[in-house]
Amino acid sequence: MNFELPEEVLQMKDIVRDFVENEVEPLAMQIEEENCVPDALLERSKALGLFGLSIPEEYGGMGLSMLGKCAIYEELGKTINGYTTILGAHNGIGSVGIVELSNEEQRRRYLPKMATGEWIGAFALTEPQAGSNAAALRTTAVKKGDRYILNGQKIYITNAPIAHVFTVMAVTDPAKGPKGITSFIVERNFKGFQMGKVEKKMGLHGSHTAQLYFEDMEVPEENVLGQEGQGYVNALKILANGRAGLAARCLGSCQYLLDRSVRYALEREQFGKPIFEQQIIQHYLSEMAVEIETLRWLTYRVAWMTDQGMNVVKEAAMLKLYGSEVYNRIADKAVQIHGGVGYIAEYPIERFYRDARITRIYEGTSEIQKNIIAAQLKKEYTR
Amino acid sequence: MNILVCLKQTFDTEERIVIENGKIKEDGVKFVINPYDEYAVEEAIRLRDDLGGQVTVITVGPERAEEALRTALAMGADEAILADDPALFGDEYTAAKVLAAIVKQREFDLIIAGNQAVDDGSGQVAVRLAEELGIPHVSTLTKLEVNGNQVVAHRDAEGDEEIVEASLPLLVTAQQGLNEPRYPSLIGIRKANKKPLTKVTLADLGLSLEDIEARTEITETFLPAPKTAGQILSGDLADQVKELVSALKTKDKVVG
Ligand SMILES: Cc1cc2nc3c(=O)[nH]c(=O)nc-3n(C[C@H](O)[C@H](O)[C@H](O)COP(=O)(O)OP(=O)(O)OC[C@H]3O[C@@H](n4cnc5c(N)ncnc54)[C@H](O)[C@@H]3O)c2cc1C
Repeated sequence: MNFELPEEVLQMKDIVRDFVENEVEPLAMQIEEENCVPDALLERSKALGLFGLSIPEEYGGMGLSMLGKCAIYEELGKTINGYTTILGAHNGIGSVGIVELSNEEQRRRYLPKMATGEWIGAFALTEPQAGSNAAALRTTAVKKGDRYILNGQKIYITNAPIAHVFTVMAVTDPAKGPKGITSFIVERNFKGFQMGKVEKKMGLHGSHTAQLYFEDMEVPEENVLGQEGQGYVNALKILANGRAGLAARCLGSCQYLLDRSVRYALEREQFGKPIFEQQIIQHYLSEMAVEIETLRWLTYRVAWMTDQGMNVVKEAAMLKLYGSEVYNRIADKAVQIHGGVGYIAEYPIERFYRDARITRIYEGTSEIQKNIIAAQLKKEYTR
Repeated sequence: MNILVCLKQTFDTEERIVIENGKIKEDGVKFVINPYDEYAVEEAIRLRDDLGGQVTVITVGPERAEEALRTALAMGADEAILADDPALFGDEYTAAKVLAAIVKQREFDLIIAGNQAVDDGSGQVAVRLAEELGIPHVSTLTKLEVNGNQVVAHRDAEGDEEIVEASLPLLVTAQQGLNEPRYPSLIGIRKANKKPLTKVTLADLGLSLEDIEARTEITETFLPAPKTAGQILSGDLADQVKELVSALKTKDKVVG
């Protein structure tokens, strides 16, 4: 057993930590209030290479292992989650499908520009009638000559306002159920592509999530991603691949909250001594620390398994479930330890508390993760 | 244009200094490229990108200093030299002698170093190196222009700006404000691990211990006395002035 990250990964982690501390954190309050990540910060993030994490080196990216990506996401999790989400959605669900499932021509067309961040990626699965039940899609894709005509609506699509490339799931054969779904690479300037309302959200400020409308949108047949009829399986694969990354972001945020909470507890005095001296506060902090340590090693273990090419359906679901639930528990304790300060928007704690909440919902709700885990258990025990 | 950059790995400026058994404790400390040297690296990379050529970063220091060199390579330097043979360690005199021996083994047009290292703060090594090499130097630069063989250097002269013209070969030292150093890119880190890094020893440099023996000795290392509470003067203004003057003379001997 080896519990050390490779040297190169450690070096990258250090650089990203410095970048987050010096370039992102000082802007966090501004991003939160203006609900906007400044272009200059996005440009600097691109220059650092933060948009090319998943894309192979031959196409201009970093081609990082899952372990490497998780190490970087852990650092990115230590600042405003809205910023982190732009990167997470792009490097994760927004580009992984094209990296893993595309043909050479598609790779050459899309990956180099996505690696530099010139083209930002998004993933468009969810529809008004198809949330947890992603197989219930109603967006249709009808083949007409050398192109497909797409009609339908997508909702809650992260990065939609800034993305150029969308991985879109649509129904090509309604008679076949989940096996009648196909994935497409859609560009924002395709005829018939329209962006709808940008949602107001509880948190993740700076990251934007919007509706999409496809009205007789024309998608050339060479933009089918993978095989026709494989879209549902593709979507599940892309989501499964993203789970470790999401958990790593949760891990970073948890670590940030623990750091803040310990320091605050040592400084804040009530009843003539630091609140840290109260046993209940010590217990809160201990519980937080144990959960973080557990999350850290589950994250890196699943990442490592992924890199070994092992089947991680169950473990990735466990990790996504655990990471998001732990993040919420820790955010709640952090608010409690900070007392009033934890509730006041001038301090970052309440922001993390709000930002934590989405992690139990998107990329598969906690309930759905439990369903996946149980289905795998049943398989194992009824073989 | 061949540019050599002298850099030192120092404590991160935010680290707390702890002294144990008369020595500064290094365990668990974060080390960085000396901030002034970071300006030097950045300036060298920009000049190379404009004018072509090669940037070589050089450090005299322990094995851990390789990390600082790798960071400079990740920022864009082409090659690195690490003098990590403990026989090469001493004081500013030693460092300048060792650097001179390294520099004499290669071709160069320009040497850039930091104005001073934030740890010892002596500001001697680069200037001594210029003396050893018998080349001119301009220190505390805030702006550098190179035109063919001619250099125009703007230097921070205790708050004023002095503009100095010089010709290559030349040694300059970087002051804060010279530029804004870049972050090494992630791909830069990967590339850096494949760039050449040469380690040199006393023997490689043809030096003997006597040549480079330190000329100074550290007799004691201690932390500054902790800050004590201030004193607020009161009473008649004339008395306050008298009291202040006498305090400045007697306590801490601020004025002689
Ligand atoms: C900020 C934000 C960003 C998003 N980004 C994207 C994106 O980029 N791309 C994209 O495609 N989608 C995105 N989504 C959509 C997100 O993935 C869905 O909201 C999520 O999958 C849940 O679907 P739903 O909202 O329809 O909830 P529903 O599916 O209606 O679920 C409601 C509740 O019922 C539970 N439930 C449903 N079915 C079951 C079941 N079988 N067993 C047990 N419990 C069940 C759920 O767990 C949940 O608690 C985003 C959503 C948000 C809010």
